Amino acid sequence: MDKIREETASRGKDSENLLVLLKRAQGELGCVPGEVIAEVAQSLNIPINEVYGVATFYSFLSTKPLGRNVIRICKSLPCYLKNSQMIVESIADRLGIKSGETTSDGKFSFELTNCIGACDKAPAMLINNDVHGDLTPRKISQILKTYT
Amino acid sequence: MPEKRIVLKNCEVIDPRRITTYLDRDGFRAWEKVRSEMTPEQVIGEVKASGLRGRGGAGFPCGLKWELARKAPGDEKYVICNADEGEVGTFKDRYILENDPFTLVEGIAIAAYAIGTKQSYIYLRAEYHYLFDLLMNAISQARERGFLEYLDIDIREGAGAYVCGEESALMDSIEGKRGEVRYRPPFPPEKGLWEKPTIINNVETLMNIPQIVLNGANWFNQIGTERSKGTKVFSVSGDVERPGVYELVLGSQLRELVMELALAKKVKIIQVGGATGRMIPYTMVDTPLSFETILGAGAITVLDESRDVVDAVYRTLEFLAEESCGKCSPCREGTETMVGILERFSRGEGEERDIRLLEELSNAMMLSSLCGLGQAAPIPVMDSLEYFRDDYESRIKQKQGGIVA
Repeated sequence: MDKIREETASRGKDSENLLVLLKRAQGELGCVPGEVIAEVAQSLNIPINEVYGVATFYSFLSTKPLGRNVIRICKSLPCYLKNSQMIVESIADRLGIKSGETTSDGKFSFELTNCIGACDKAPAMLINNDVHGDLTPRKISQILKTYT
Repeated sequence: MPEKRIVLKNCEVIDPRRITTYLDRDGFRAWEKVRSEMTPEQVIGEVKASGLRGRGGAGFPCGLKWELARKAPGDEKYVICNADEGEVGTFKDRYILENDPFTLVEGIAIAAYAIGTKQSYIYLRAEYHYLFDLLMNAISQARERGFLEYLDIDIREGAGAYVCGEESALMDSIEGKRGEVRYRPPFPPEKGLWEKPTIINNVETLMNIPQIVLNGANWFNQIGTERSKGTKVFSVSGDVERPGVYELVLGSQLRELVMELALAKKVKIIQVGGATGRMIPYTMVDTPLSFETILGAGAITVLDESRDVVDAVYRTLEFLAEESCGKCSPCREGTETMVGILERFSRGEGEERDIRLLEELSNAMMLSSLCGLGQAAPIPVMDSLEYFRDDYESRIKQKQGGIVA
């Protein structure tokens, strides 16, 4: 039983879990660049392509650098019905960038994302880990000011 | 049939940060009963007799799943709570986690006891990271009170992938891999997480467990229809005056939910079950909501008369194409091809043969895709072709100069 428990512990260990490691890198570095992918592959003794495969599968991991604050605007049907396009335009207008881009000062990146589970407050978006709902252009400019 | 609060009993009543407020409302009494009076087999028997079916959309009998895992050989087993609520238009699990994380913890403790394991996971979607601390707090308060003496509950977070709500992709994601769907059989109760017997239950399914244990299977069994017992929690959004979360007895009419509670007006289409769910016309608003009829995970998105059906289907398929894990070709290629065709229709440049192609593709995908995503992706296409065919036909481009495609 002890042996089983040990094996279970090592299986569940964060330090050996590829996704956990990549999420940590994303959190600390703001992206998972090629060098990190190679390092992680080496430390876990697995092929680079396997690490790359995971790093590019999930939408919250990025191989390219992102801004300090990542805005994710929901583009799914319930938000679309509540004019999420207006949010996209308003953000693009204020930040001077298109979706998929980062501001030159590195403060904001913005992208479109699929349903974030805030359909009761549509249109909605995430900035980093915060959810903002019932958005209007006016509300957006106030919200953006609170991020540095 | 009326609204009834079983799953949402404590929501907006207790303080989700303080376990004492939960204990005042019979919190952990079911767990105490299980621990002191019931064998694992008795717990499973009770859940089986209750008729509880999975609330994540598939509707598999919960007690049977537990029994399969209990009987599977081996000492190492896992319970996973699926909190990867990614279906478009669904937010009921978010609401539950925000308001009553304690009942979930109790439900997990009972499930773990029933199948015989000391290790469980909550797989929380990355988009809900803001719920992480609240959930951790509930787990540690339960541990401090001695309710989790025999059990570890670890929260594993996703990283943004709809398909990880599918149980086999979810397990791959917990293992740290790409969230790709597995071939089945073997099914998880036999070979799941790290190839060990595993049960995966939706948040809402587990929320039902404490009350089933406390009040008995017979109490639960009397609520609902013949094959759909208990209540269902619905997430209503779109063109309604009162979007939100509603809990109704199973078998209640769609009309009651959409028209009377959420106050929709001039309804044209109701999407039931999200992107992979049904798209039905207003004329079917008297349909009861149950596993026998329509249900899914309870996502209800209402579109009023001002909306364009083809546009809605196009957006839905675009979403599915993007979220297809890519492992099987019927889904990976099928969804992309459908998006191309629907895009042409939305521009008013559809062709006669496109409708036939959509139908053929739908059949192939339903029969040959590996998981629910690809199998159900054609549903909005098929439904809209059945109920709103005119909307497609009016967008077929005029044949010019006698050249027929």
